[in-house]
Amino acid sequence: MGFGFTLAILVIPLAMFLLLGLAGHKMKPATAGILGTLGLGISFVLSLLTAYLYFFASHAEAGFKPIIPLVFEWMRFTPTLQIDLGILLDPISIMMLVVVTTISFMVHIYSNGYMKGDDGFQRFFAFLSLFTFSMLGLVVATNLFQMYIFWELVGLSSYLLIGYYYTKPSAVAASKKAFIVTRFADLGFLVGILIVSYLTGTFDFAELTDPSGPAFTEGKGILFLGMSTMSWALIFIFMGGAGKSAMFPLHIWLPDAMEGPTPVSALIHAATMVVAGVYLVARLFPVFAIAAPDAKEIVSYVGAFTALFAATVACTQFDIKRVLAYSTMSQIGYMMLALGVSGYGGEEGLGFMASNFHLFTHAMFKALLFLGAGSIIHAVHSNDMREMGGLKKYMPITFTTFLIGWLAISGFPGLSGFFSKDEILVAAFNHNKIIFYTAVLVAGMTAFYMSRLFFSVFFGKEQHYHHAPHESPKTMTIPLMVLAFASLFGGFIPFHNLVTSDGMHFETEFHWNIAIPVTLFAFAGIALAYVLYYKPSTKSDKIVATLKGFHKAAYNKFYIDEIYMFVTKKILFGLISAPIAWFDRQIVDGSMNAIGYITAFTSEKIKKLQSGQVQKYGFVFVSGVIALMLVFVYLYSE
Amino acid sequence: MIAGIPVIHFLIISTIMFFVGIYGFLVRKNLITILMSVELILNSVNINFVVFNKYFYPQLIQGQIFTIFVIAIAAAEAAVAIALIINIYRRFNSIDVENIKEMKF
Repeated sequence: MGFGFTLAILVIPLAMFLLLGLAGHKMKPATAGILGTLGLGISFVLSLLTAYLYFFASHAEAGFKPIIPLVFEWMRFTPTLQIDLGILLDPISIMMLVVVTTISFMVHIYSNGYMKGDDGFQRFFAFLSLFTFSMLGLVVATNLFQMYIFWELVGLSSYLLIGYYYTKPSAVAASKKAFIVTRFADLGFLVGILIVSYLTGTFDFAELTDPSGPAFTEGKGILFLGMSTMSWALIFIFMGGAGKSAMFPLHIWLPDAMEGPTPVSALIHAATMVVAGVYLVARLFPVFAIAAPDAKEIVSYVGAFTALFAATVACTQFDIKRVLAYSTMSQIGYMMLALGVSGYGGEEGLGFMASNFHLFTHAMFKALLFLGAGSIIHAVHSNDMREMGGLKKYMPITFTTFLIGWLAISGFPGLSGFFSKDEILVAAFNHNKIIFYTAVLVAGMTAFYMSRLFFSVFFGKEQHYHHAPHESPKTMTIPLMVLAFASLFGGFIPFHNLVTSDGMHFETEFHWNIAIPVTLFAFAGIALAYVLYYKPSTKSDKIVATLKGFHKAAYNKFYIDEIYMFVTKKILFGLISAPIAWFDRQIVDGSMNAIGYITAFTSEKIKKLQSGQVQKYGFVFVSGVIALMLVFVYLYSE
Repeated sequence: MIAGIPVIHFLIISTIMFFVGIYGFLVRKNLITILMSVELILNSVNINFVVFNKYFYPQLIQGQIFTIFVIAIAAAEAAVAIALIINIYRRFNSIDVENIKEMKF
């Protein structure tokens, strides 16, 4: 059976976007919500069908080969260099199709309840559909340029959805920040694409990742600052990925992006769009692994540092969504470091498999946690964890599902996060000990800050609420249950048979020597949080008091935003832009203004000559003629 | 050839007429008088045409034909000028050039 029908997975959300965007204001909000949800439901079913046909019905004993069911030429630059648009199906793109449509479908259902009564309900669904279309287009891109097009489109949808409450100045500022920071990173992506296409003469992933193709032979000899041109190109491409995936130091937009509605945070800023950077690196993974190992090292260190950095900040924040945002950054750092420590092919590709595995499980449990947080915010009308507490008895379903999400992200044995995290740690252990110990530390910190959040929201001191918190409606709890189910059992999907760096299966064994200490470490984190936050106490304040300066720095996100403000406002604007502006105003504009001024001044002085008296003109004319005549007489009379 | 009169006499006459015309054009304030001065200038030129034709190219006739043209055009010009002057009079109640100075900076 052909895979031509996969086009429908993309076209349906696009059609829904056009329908809801153009005609949504004429519909009832509920109709628009149901239409958008139904459209996504069809895409979801089709994605599952694609995955089933590709993975289980194809009987690919010799490994999974990429399939391109549809492709056409869009633009041709030279006889050999063209941009195609098409659909590429291989293990990672199909995995992403499933992830994106699942989370998007759940978020659509959830939004029917969460966004009820908001202004612009139809617009919200239109943008959600636009985002889903763009993300799916990015996932199935057959070449770098198509990916870039959809990459920008997801950036646009992210901008639109963060700024959904456009009457709120903080939301508008956050959407602009997200757009500008990611746009700046995308500049690097574009430069990388141009270098790669210059070196290899192609945009196609199939040709780029072909181990005998031009990507592995070209650009090796030329060195710049000790690295090959191909490494530089991939570092630039990774810059784009780092911007989208909120890697340090381009992460500053993600915490602010939490100004958007919570379903948007769950869909875009936790599960799908922010892993686009991981997906990009995974997509070009053979090139990273074989042709540019330097770039791969950078990926691993950036990932490890971001994971540690974000986990530290997450321990100090009080806004429930910001904790989750920093947690997301930390987990994406995990995926990046897993890619960075991976090799290509067979068992060497363990990190690649682990990264995609973690991407999958993280999407499920982080979307669950975000949607659970949305449910809590819906009940208590606040983002601040200090205004929550003792919610367990009011919201049983949210509590149970959040419990599962919490255990999954903390690495509780048997849940999905445990398995994927273990694979990452094994890969790191085999490759780089520094990164391994960082990852272990982050695992412990993750368990700690998630437990802190969990205990202080559901247990701890009960607050005086304006009205008693209530359980959310069915439309919101059903997605929670579905995602909780995925978080519970997602770890049993045999990724090492499905998503590998070269399409071949390989066997993994469980490494008890790594799993047991790490799990104990995570339990220690949970236990610490239990002591500090399970019952109302002042112990945590004492710890804060002892770690005074460090806590303050972490609470203020290590002043990265301030550093950015300093660099842009003081250095870029003050030292470069202001002198250029001065030159432009004073010298360039000044010379033009001077010409105008002199002309005006002169004409002001001589305008009296134009008196309107015809006889004066006549007099001047005649005098001129006589003067000329005298001159000629003088000149020509010998 | 007119017996006994050298060409220079005619030229002196026409020059005097020309400068009288110029003087009147620049100095007189009445529009009618200015128009008359212009006619004087034209006629001094006419005299030159005829005299040069008669004295230097007696076998040709172009100079005299041209004079006819100039007279015809002067007549038309006078008609237009007087029409203008009448309109100016209606507008300003005066035909004094010093009062007519709307067209200035």
